[in-house]
Amino acid sequence: MSTKNIYRPQSKTDYSTYLFILPAFIFYIIFVFFPLADTFLNSFTQWNGISEKKWVGLDQYINNLQNKKITSSIKHSFILIIFYSFLPIVIGLLIAGIMIRVKINGMATYRAILFLPQILSMIVVGIAWRWIYAPKGPLNSGLDFFGLEDVSRAWLGSFDYALPFVGLIGTWVMFGFTMILFIAGVQKIPTELYDAAKVDGAGAISEFFNVTLPNLKGEIVVALVFTVTLALRNFDLIYITTGGGPGTSTMIPSMFIYKKAFQMNQVGSASSLGIMLTLLIFTLVSLILIIFRDKK
Amino acid sequence: MNYKSREKVIAHSIFILGSLIVLYPFFSILFLALSEPGKRISGFTVPSGIYFDNFIKAWTDGGFSNGLFNSFVVVFGVVSITIFCSTLAAYAFEKLNVFGVTPLFALLLIGLVLPYESIVISLYYTMKSYNLSNTYWSLILPQIGLSIPFSIFWLRASFKAIPKSLSESAMIEGAGRLTILIKILLPQMIPAILTLTVLLFMWTWNEFLLALIMIQDAEMRTAPLALSYFAGNKRYGDPAITAAAAIWVALPVLIIYIFLQRRFISGMVTGAVKE
Repeated sequence: MSTKNIYRPQSKTDYSTYLFILPAFIFYIIFVFFPLADTFLNSFTQWNGISEKKWVGLDQYINNLQNKKITSSIKHSFILIIFYSFLPIVIGLLIAGIMIRVKINGMATYRAILFLPQILSMIVVGIAWRWIYAPKGPLNSGLDFFGLEDVSRAWLGSFDYALPFVGLIGTWVMFGFTMILFIAGVQKIPTELYDAAKVDGAGAISEFFNVTLPNLKGEIVVALVFTVTLALRNFDLIYITTGGGPGTSTMIPSMFIYKKAFQMNQVGSASSLGIMLTLLIFTLVSLILIIFRDKK
Repeated sequence: MNYKSREKVIAHSIFILGSLIVLYPFFSILFLALSEPGKRISGFTVPSGIYFDNFIKAWTDGGFSNGLFNSFVVVFGVVSITIFCSTLAAYAFEKLNVFGVTPLFALLLIGLVLPYESIVISLYYTMKSYNLSNTYWSLILPQIGLSIPFSIFWLRASFKAIPKSLSESAMIEGAGRLTILIKILLPQMIPAILTLTVLLFMWTWNEFLLALIMIQDAEMRTAPLALSYFAGNKRYGDPAITAAAAIWVALPVLIIYIFLQRRFISGMVTGAVKE
């Protein structure tokens, strides 16, 4: 920075520089920051969207935390993290561990295919999977074909199976991304590290834990942040596949926010839940960053 | 078979298995959409022939000509304004002296992880009070705001990669800041801006919650929103027509992906890692 001042000594505090950042910040402040602050204020009120707002302090937060349906919807989100985050990361790491020194042809094609779920609207993805899970869809037809008629059912209409089966859609969306990310990361690890491990007599498993895993730390953080935030938000997919049902068995906080604010006219309560979801996401992301911070 | 080629066979098998898992749902709805209209097909039968009737029916019944047009308008507005504003801001942050960079960046970081869910309620009431709900602006303006943090971080990293000497020698010769940006730096930035354009196109095209809340008129629906109404109304109707409708909505992004897949992948993978 100081080197630039040598060339432009007259402009010690050149306020016109702010004109460059002004347009971007106007959009950001008006359409992101103000609405967030407004939601925060509304979260302390009781409001149906039309009449006067009534200040109720922390009541909405307390009510939310005491509402069994809402606490269980948060629990559902954590179950979805297993499917959206944990499974794809484990699959990606295992495969990256196998692919350490393999150079194969056609990698670009595989990459393009594996990445495909990332680019599609979750509404499209949800419709495709709704068909696969449908009573007469491919999954049940497959089960019938193998004589497993007793197992087949309306998967998304089942209280026990709807949540894990929505979760599996998330695994399907994410596993290609984690694979690509980790394989790219593994190929940047210097081969000397592996040679040194070989010399020390390390087997494939100790090689994985002592060389591959520590050197993929940056990629693991990225994958965790990316997948965990998607698992916690996840509105589109739930909306199009189950709508939170059957009952409230696949309800998640973002679905409650939508229903409360736009169908039940509980704007204050929806706002407080929105702030709670935001805080939850910020906390988890910070935790991930703190746990995996470089200790060098 | 030697050690090396056995490794390759294993690698190929893993990738082929992964690819089949990814592609299966696509082919499953493609076959469904191409099946004979009115004929019940189960998931395990191969279609008896190729019929485009479902695609035509979905197009006319679902109002997708409107939906695709609306989506293109919104995407154009969001992408062009976001790129313009973010390029100026990223240039200032990286190449000019801006005091208070740290607090400004901290402010932007909030937007990077902020869930839409926390701001849509307030946006809805604000837009309504200005009579903007149900318009393109109600979709374009908030998405510019939400796209700006990522865009600034992404472009700033690319500005950083341009050697300082380039802009400094022009500065000594007395070139203005805008001249340096347009004449010297922007030509170097074209690949980065193209990648960002592709990413913003995809994110804006696929956005759903904001459209669901802001748009009430059927004629104003974006493509994914039109699809959700179509699929919702026909939930117990003909899955083949719904499948065809889903393919209509996915098609524009798919076509761009086929041509620019490297930009999608490198953009999302390196974009994520850089942060």
